[in-house]
Amino acid sequence: LMIPKTKGKIIPIEPSSPSAAAMSRFVRRLAGIPWRQIAGEASSVGLLMAQGLCAVHVVSEHVLGVAFPRGPSMLPALNMAGDVLLTDKVSPRRGWVGPGDVVLLLSPEDPRKIVAKRVLGMEGDEVTYPVDAGNSDATKTVVVPQGHIWVQGDNIYSSNDSRQFGPVPYGLVKGKMSYRIWPPSRIGSIDSKE
Amino acid sequence: LADLHGTAPKPWSPASASTEPRKIARDRIVLIMGARSQLWSIAKMSVTGGVIGVTISDRYVTVVAIKGHSMHPTMTATDSALRGDIVLAEKACLDQYKFSRGDVILFKCPSNHKEVFVKRLIGLPGEWIQLPASSEIIKVPQGHCWVEGDNAARSWDSRSFGPIPLGLINGRVTHIIWPPSKIGRVERKWPEDRIPPF
Repeated sequence: LMIPKTKGKIIPIEPSSPSAAAMSRFVRRLAGIPWRQIAGEASSVGLLMAQGLCAVHVVSEHVLGVAFPRGPSMLPALNMAGDVLLTDKVSPRRGWVGPGDVVLLLSPEDPRKIVAKRVLGMEGDEVTYPVDAGNSDATKTVVVPQGHIWVQGDNIYSSNDSRQFGPVPYGLVKGKMSYRIWPPSRIGSIDSKE
Repeated sequence: LADLHGTAPKPWSPASASTEPRKIARDRIVLIMGARSQLWSIAKMSVTGGVIGVTISDRYVTVVAIKGHSMHPTMTATDSALRGDIVLAEKACLDQYKFSRGDVILFKCPSNHKEVFVKRLIGLPGEWIQLPASSEIIKVPQGHCWVEGDNAARSWDSRSFGPIPLGLINGRVTHIIWPPSKIGRVERKWPEDRIPPF
């Protein structure tokens, strides 16, 4: 491609063929797009979204979360499905959990499972529990060791709890559930039983 | 007056006497507003940084200072101002709770949820391990693990409080980042003369 001498003025070279003309139009249009501005806006929107997600994580992990418990072990206090409960994440960290509270905890049998049970005894308490509910009336009494709690489902006939896996360390408690926000007919606090 | 306006004040005259005080007041308000908005933007940036920092520390990687001598010589605490080694711990392992034998893990003490311990993972769920002192063989229950410190003499671990639920684990230690002489990876190690479990 011979560049003609034009005494300092730059004259655009005329393309020699139709396909070359289309190519140069495409390149010119590409160069006309404000890439830097788009990148700037995308990164600021991305940063805003990241900040939003982080804020949601902090609030739902450390302040107030939502739980959807399922299963029959806490009947009649909690339905088998469809309940939405507010989970207080501040209380367990501060130790404001006591007998009668319904708590969320990581299952000692599988840490990927989260279970909802009622606390029956704190460390040092004596807990009397039915050994084989439904089949016999035998009960047993244990003293909860230091740093542990005894959890039991309200529905003792269908609950896998401390009667099977023993007292659990308090560190497994992840939240305290005291308020239900769905279904509308049962909105309100969960009864606390001693 | 000179610092408010940036130049020498104009000589007083009856014509300017009425407008000067208002201009000074306006400039003063602008200065206060400027300082307040500066503080506000600093506050906003700190809250954002804090929220992002907490999220990263909860989900990905966190920094922990070691106290106690139970992992000597891998990690040591000293009486110095920095209180000994500082380590990096990753949280990605908490997604599926998949650990390997020999990992160094952080976990909440089973008898006091406010304390965090650092020990080496010796037995995974379902494994049979031999207790070091006696010749007892025990099975690590499902959902639990057996932990022991590298410094057996000064370590309060599973030999005293038994296997711990995996749910108590806070993270896995991957690197030492202080002091500079010990910077490096924390390797997965099996203690010598210890029969591996099966």
